[in-house]
Amino acid sequence: MVPLLAYLLVAAALFCIGVYTVLARRNAVAILMGVELMLNAVNINLVAFWRFLTPINETASGLKTSMAGQAFAAFVFVVAAAEVAVGLALILSMYRNRQTVVAEDVDSLKY
Amino acid sequence: MQNVDIVQWVAFIVLSVLTLGGGFMVARDRNLFHGALWLLVSLFGVAGLFVLLAAPFLAAVQVLVYMGAIVILIIFAIMLTRRVMGEREQTNNQWPIGLAMSALAFLVIAFILWQATVSTSAGVRPLLPSAPGGAVSIDSIVTFGKSLVDPGQYALPFELASLLLTGAMIGAIVIAREEG
Repeated sequence: MVPLLAYLLVAAALFCIGVYTVLARRNAVAILMGVELMLNAVNINLVAFWRFLTPINETASGLKTSMAGQAFAAFVFVVAAAEVAVGLALILSMYRNRQTVVAEDVDSLKY
Repeated sequence: MQNVDIVQWVAFIVLSVLTLGGGFMVARDRNLFHGALWLLVSLFGVAGLFVLLAAPFLAAVQVLVYMGAIVILIIFAIMLTRRVMGEREQTNNQWPIGLAMSALAFLVIAFILWQATVSTSAGVRPLLPSAPGGAVSIDSIVTFGKSLVDPGQYALPFELASLLLTGAMIGAIVIAREEG
């Protein structure tokens, strides 16, 4: 059986790749892709903890597994879909108004 | 028993390589369109990891929602905004700091995980187990579906999620609409 540590290490590496993508890329769409990588790393973590740590409760109707981890992962899916829809709409709006998709060119709030 | 172990390890390593390799190429591919395709590879690896973790429903949702919908949306955005980037530099001038920071973060996380897995003194159980708590029953998808609509469990967050999606969709349309 692959131990929990292996899954967590893969998730941590994927998360850090996502962090690097967000920090280093200039294109706003690439930054969104980095956020997607980070959310996926979180999902791996949630499901791995669910698989390895969830106790199986004995109820009147037999063995019952708590589904907390999977439910959280499903909600992360929903939030990711909402986030990418709004983010891409913002990028399209930015492109239309300022003719750029480079994050550091959009700095009018900075000054 | 031993054979199952080996098969699981091989599958895990292949899927991890897909996941991390795809992510790596997303981070450094100069061509953004290729980056989106590498993102598909990475997401496929994550779906496979879900299967290994006995969560087949989430793997299906990963393929349908992430690979089917989100990546298509990203590719749409790339193609709509493509010509402005051209062959300009893809990374900003702070990328060495970003690289150092994310590498440092990974090392710290790995160290902490290692500390939590290996018990320091004899007799003390390590914080993280190496084997699952128990077998997942075959009808876990049924249990999952029921728990999502059970008022005692996740019915309220489930409804709120649909509300969030509706709000996000309306917001996206309002933001992206041409000024009329």
